[in-house]
Amino acid sequence: MSAVVTSGVGKVFPTKDGDVVALTEVDLEVAEGEFVSLIGPSGCGKSTLLRLIADLDSASSGTLEVFGKTAHQARVDQDYGIAFQQAGLLPWRTVAGNIALPLELHGVAKAARAARVAELAALVGLTDFVDRYPDQLSGGMQQRVAIARALAEQPRLLLMDEPFGALDEMTREHLQTELARISAESGAAVVFVTHSIPEAVFLSDRVVVMSPRPGRITDIIEVTVDGARGEALRESPQYFERVTAVREALHGVPTERANER
Amino acid sequence: MRRSAVLWGAVGVLAVMVAWEAYKFLGPADGFVVGAVAGETGSGFMLLPRTNERSMPHIWDMVGRLFESTSGGSTPPLIVPVVTAALLTLGIAAVGWIIGVAVGALLGLVMQRWRLAEWGLLPWIVVSQTVPLIAFAPIVSSIGTQIDRADGLPWPQWLSVAIIASYLAFFPVAIGVLRGLESPDRIHLDLMKSYAAGYWPTLLRLRIPAAVPHLLPALRLAAASAVVGAVVAEVSIGMRGGIGRMLIQLAGQGSSDPAAPWGPTFGSIALGLVAAGTVALIGLGLKNYRRGEATA
Repeated sequence: MSAVVTSGVGKVFPTKDGDVVALTEVDLEVAEGEFVSLIGPSGCGKSTLLRLIADLDSASSGTLEVFGKTAHQARVDQDYGIAFQQAGLLPWRTVAGNIALPLELHGVAKAARAARVAELAALVGLTDFVDRYPDQLSGGMQQRVAIARALAEQPRLLLMDEPFGALDEMTREHLQTELARISAESGAAVVFVTHSIPEAVFLSDRVVVMSPRPGRITDIIEVTVDGARGEALRESPQYFERVTAVREALHGVPTERANER
Repeated sequence: MRRSAVLWGAVGVLAVMVAWEAYKFLGPADGFVVGAVAGETGSGFMLLPRTNERSMPHIWDMVGRLFESTSGGSTPPLIVPVVTAALLTLGIAAVGWIIGVAVGALLGLVMQRWRLAEWGLLPWIVVSQTVPLIAFAPIVSSIGTQIDRADGLPWPQWLSVAIIASYLAFFPVAIGVLRGLESPDRIHLDLMKSYAAGYWPTLLRLRIPAAVPHLLPALRLAAASAVVGAVVAEVSIGMRGGIGRMLIQLAGQGSSDPAAPWGPTFGSIALGLVAAGTVALIGLGLKNYRRGEATA
């Protein structure tokens, strides 16, 4: 069974000046355990697609299945964990309290909760910071807490909307390496929205290239890597070759359209 | 930072005192009146107020009067009845505050929950505050008396005063709760939705904690309003024993004892400060809910 299957998915936002087509005819399949990035310029609907999968918005047309269920059912069943561009931590809760939030909401017993929080804090390297408040953490640390929180209930699907978009380059690369490790360890499928080509190539099994007006998928590029994704990958010719491929797919789009006309 | 705030507060109080005494020293004793008709008292426009002892007692006389006997003979110093009256009013204001906070919080919750309720209720809530207290007070008082007589339910006069005080106190709370419950960021609401959390879990774990920074000023404002409401209500329904009644009583004797009405005036100021200060203490216990999330 696939983690996510969309067929003919479209999203229209009605506005005062008429309807805005945010997405049209999106066919995408994400296999279990697969890491898929959505990349494209602003307004290409990549975040909208993620929100549809998360059932934070509903599709205007087409069908969307998450683990063979409707997106709504998958949300109710807590089949996914989610992280946004801002960490979105509750400022009045400590790191531990923030990681524990979903567990608390779903009635996990206190002892089990504490054990899971300790495990997750160790996973994202924040064991020494569990009693800190979000305003005492750097942006990168806050984002790690958000990732730990998204992983709290061992979801089989992780949805991430530009989680590293607001971080500096060094923190960003560091967190990318950690995310690659964490996603490999957890075996969860990941749908990852980004506008960074190197980031998409480094992390993903497949890079989905999207284009705006109307938002749609224009290309899908496979990235096969031998062995684990680590720092060495960033230096490999294979990596550069894929980065170029994605860049061409992204920039080639307007030329192609001009030729069509 | 904290210390300089206290310092500037003291400077402000001192400035008022200096201004008072400076004008008393420099201003004309019988004021300055233009266009007065000779032999006709009260004619013309007074441009500068009088500075004589009857109109503007010295600050030290006002303070000193607090420690002199209330009404001559062996009566206790004025400060004793002032404190007693202030404590009675404080108690009534506290009851009014609690009623006001409860009603205001309920209205805020209902308005946040149902947009339709906000549209229906909010205009009335705003209009309610334009009704003058002295028009409204006798109505509450007479309803109270009727309940007391007809239904055999005891309805003491102070309860009417507390209800009137709550009428002023509920307003900032209703508005503060509504704005506070609506304050969570979109991202937090999305997050709670992604957890399939319903209304109550979202209310308890997100909306109420997020409302705290809006709630504290509202509670403090409600406390000050409850005190003002209680003082005015005492006067307008004629309840004895409180600081409002005492103010009116001593002001009536002002011509012979000009410093005396300042005793209950200071008493009611102290009352407001104690009320607002007590609420500020609640804020200290909730300081974790007032952290701003550092932007990444």
